[in-house]
Amino acid sequence: EKQKLIEEVHALVTVRDAKHTNFVEFRNFKIVYRRYAGLYFCICVDVNDNNLAYLEAIHNFVEVLNEFFHNVCELDLVFNFYKVYSVVDEMFLAGEIRETSQIKVLKQLTTLTSLE
Amino acid sequence: MPNMRGDAMRGLAVFISDIRNCKSREAELRRINKELTNIRQRFRADKTLDGYQKKKYVCKLLFIFLLGHDIDFGYMEAVNLLSSNKYTEKQIGYLFISVIMNSSSDMKQLIIQNIRNDIQSRNPIFINLALQCVANIGDREMATAFTNDIPRLLVSGDTIDPVKQSAALCLLKLHRTSPESLQLNTEWTARIIHLLNDQHLGVATAAVSLIDALVKRSPDEYKGCVNLAVSRLSRIVTSSYTDFQDYTYYFVPAPWLCVKLLRLLENYPPPEDPSIRSRLNECLDTILNKAQEPLKSKKVQHSNARNAVLFEAINLIIHMDCESSLLVRACNQLGQFLQNRETNLRYLALESMCLLAASEFSHEAVKKHQETVINALKSERDVSVRQRAVDLLYAMCDRSNAEDIVQEMLTYLETADYTIREEMVLKIAILSEKYAVDYKWYLDIMLKLIRIAGDFVSEEVWYRVIQVVVNRADVQSYAAKIAFEALQAPACHENMIKVAGYILGEYGNLIALDPRSTPMIQFELLHTKYHLCSPTTRSLILSTYMKFINLFPEIKLHIQEILRHDSNYRSSDVEIQQRATEYLRLSEICSPTVLATVLEIMPPYPEKQSPLLVRLKQKKPLMEADTSGELSTAPISQSDDGPKLTDTAMHLHQQQQQNGLLVSLDTTESNGHYETSASSSLPSSFSSSSTALQTNKKFLFKNSDIIFENDILQIGIKGEPKKSVLHVEFYYGNKTNFNLTNLSASISLADELDPELRIHMEPVQTTIDPRAQIKQMGTIECLKDYRDLPKMSLSFFYSNVPQKIDFLLPVYLNKFIEKAEMDSNNYFLRWRNLDKPDQECQKIFAAKFPMSHDACGQKLEGFGWSNLHNIDVNADNFCGAGIFHTSAQQVGCLYRLEPNKQAKMYRLTIRASKAGVASHLAELLEDQF
Repeated sequence: EKQKLIEEVHALVTVRDAKHTNFVEFRNFKIVYRRYAGLYFCICVDVNDNNLAYLEAIHNFVEVLNEFFHNVCELDLVFNFYKVYSVVDEMFLAGEIRETSQIKVLKQLTTLTSLE
Repeated sequence: MPNMRGDAMRGLAVFISDIRNCKSREAELRRINKELTNIRQRFRADKTLDGYQKKKYVCKLLFIFLLGHDIDFGYMEAVNLLSSNKYTEKQIGYLFISVIMNSSSDMKQLIIQNIRNDIQSRNPIFINLALQCVANIGDREMATAFTNDIPRLLVSGDTIDPVKQSAALCLLKLHRTSPESLQLNTEWTARIIHLLNDQHLGVATAAVSLIDALVKRSPDEYKGCVNLAVSRLSRIVTSSYTDFQDYTYYFVPAPWLCVKLLRLLENYPPPEDPSIRSRLNECLDTILNKAQEPLKSKKVQHSNARNAVLFEAINLIIHMDCESSLLVRACNQLGQFLQNRETNLRYLALESMCLLAASEFSHEAVKKHQETVINALKSERDVSVRQRAVDLLYAMCDRSNAEDIVQEMLTYLETADYTIREEMVLKIAILSEKYAVDYKWYLDIMLKLIRIAGDFVSEEVWYRVIQVVVNRADVQSYAAKIAFEALQAPACHENMIKVAGYILGEYGNLIALDPRSTPMIQFELLHTKYHLCSPTTRSLILSTYMKFINLFPEIKLHIQEILRHDSNYRSSDVEIQQRATEYLRLSEICSPTVLATVLEIMPPYPEKQSPLLVRLKQKKPLMEADTSGELSTAPISQSDDGPKLTDTAMHLHQQQQQNGLLVSLDTTESNGHYETSASSSLPSSFSSSSTALQTNKKFLFKNSDIIFENDILQIGIKGEPKKSVLHVEFYYGNKTNFNLTNLSASISLADELDPELRIHMEPVQTTIDPRAQIKQMGTIECLKDYRDLPKMSLSFFYSNVPQKIDFLLPVYLNKFIEKAEMDSNNYFLRWRNLDKPDQECQKIFAAKFPMSHDACGQKLEGFGWSNLHNIDVNADNFCGAGIFHTSAQQVGCLYRLEPNKQAKMYRLTIRASKAGVASHLAELLEDQF
């Protein structure tokens, strides 16, 4: 089920080019996505949610990753997938935006990393 | 890389590298299976695994799972990790549970116990981990288990900010999964609302989402949040971006919090308190002003963040729909975006403008951008943007621009993407019908549409064309002419053949005198297409042939020959065979008169809602707010089966059943005399016609009734007939606890130029106090007999939101009938004198109610005329008389109603001295017994 979902979204998003919007209708929702080199970050939201707010939420998240991993690349995300989850949980929870301040998120992440 | 210490799990890194180095899927699978075997052995054999090793293996399992493989063991080890007092071990344990564990796990109680321990611990990091896990899983058991703990964390003074953030969203998740098991103490309401004011913007950001959900559940309880949200918003938008330091994102102060606050306010009508309201308006004004300032950065992040807030502000402005200056400014701003080089902005501007087009304040402002929108249709590369352009054209269309817009859409259709063609066809069909001034234009458009879009023309569309033609006698000969011409095209889409076939069958006689389209030519032309068609179409064409036999007896033999032909008479298709056989037999045994009756032209279709609108709605489940306004309210009418000749008798019967008294509602609409009732199309506007539809037939038999009712307003009518003048009193009752202000009521006639009624209404008070009723008096004078009911239009403000209600005033013709008493001789003498065909109308219909003699008598007297006894020899029958008064003349009316109890049927015969009156009265009464 989960794999099928990923494939569907993949097929929908990767065919789009720079002249397209960053929004795609998907089932009864819409996907807001942003491309960074070969990586796509996608968020699925309700149709009446604010597109641009989520588009920038993605970028805010990516900037945090970049800061946290010091110039993040795909490999960092693969090898430290369990840490990426921590970053997600700091910034998004229950499908909503939890914290938007990069300084606060990074401070918290640094604390966590120093723990055993 | 972050600080990699002993917890870096080298084994995991090695394993991940191995997987990435695998050259093939098989190699990967082998490596995974090897690892799974290894982990299984470790878990089974080695009871003395330490925390680090458990963590490492559980983490590997997680990675394997994320690659798309099933994991069916290791759960116990993961749960064990939860009770570790090391953060890294606990984190992996929680992660595994959140990602992999399904809800049916029998370890649920154990997990819940571990979570409870962490929530009650004094370590905020552990509390947060536990809360995040609950927020990620959030099932019913957890909702029940933590119904007290989590709210307490949220409102307690001791809780640190990050925990509050998690607790708020955790609660939101539990509220979504299981609202019933989450009962929030009302004492906490105020404290939860006050989180909006929290010094920590992160807490406020998280809390707004929770409050938004709670507001949706109990808006009144949380009403206090409006004030706080407005002041918080105001402090943010009027501040400088430097005030918020770490919450400023690319020079925009707290954009996400602003968006959330604006959305929260969209749950309520505009604030009633004038000071809050003006503060909110200032905020919105400031946001619009900021959009005009030069950009502070060239980075797209800056403009996106700014515009995220702007679009949400525009949504709120549209939602409030009362500040026309804001609406127009919003529209101008969006107009600028239409030309922006960012596709995202153009897309979003088109989307928002669709909503603005529905507001009466901004509809005209939107229309200024017609040219740009049409260009978007032609030049945008992204189909979803073109789709929005189509939506907007549809929304901005009105009588003034309909011809242009329909023409542009038609042109675009030829090259449009397949994915949106069907919807476009529907939209073109709806617009060209709705705004047709000249139905010849409508028909031209529709035939062109069928020619261009062929396969994308759904059944509803061509059914509808036929319905329109059947219902409008003035275009029938034109329809026959252009249908005939369309058939002459060498390649003809099957849908075109269906439409043309049907129309010629009904109205081919209207063009038969033209030597270019004699009966034989019509028949032969149609028949050249016959063999290329599907069985369904051939069945339809057979019906057309049968109709030809009636219209053109001179070609009967040719048609019988076709019917007799093996390919029809012995067709493998059952429907064709049956039609061929039955039609042939019918044509052989029936006399021309019987045939003429059976094959009579179709009577007008009764209408409630255009099936096209129903269809369009099905096509667009995503459309949240309906832009055209009329879809949202009307109940879905019966789905009309395609017109079929064999059903004539049945159809007639159905027609009588459905031919309610309000048919005129739709005919007026499609005649375009006025916009549909919900034309203001406010998100909060109410369905108006539905309630009125059900009740107002009662007014036929009574002189007082409730003629309209919704959640806000109840309208009653009381009438006192005096010959040709009806004295009326309207009662408007305010059902709410708020004032209704700016009330105005007007009554308009279907045909203003040639009025059938003269209506005079006293001025009405403009305000109705809460739970109060006001009265309006007036007179309605009947100038001549009429069919179309006058329309009542009401507008008022309910908590500052404009409301509009339109409905038909059920003042039927019979209100002007005065009863007449007479004896048997007199009655029959008059009856016999009214013997011209148009003076009599007879209806036979099935009983809809139990056949009670007394109830019938009461209804007939309530209708206005007399119920005379001892006139008919059969005491079960009813006879009576009345005088229908107009200011110019008096029309004598006589009736006889004969119940047949065995058959549960009635026969109603009415005679009236003026042509047409009898049939109108009969229509009013059939179906009422």
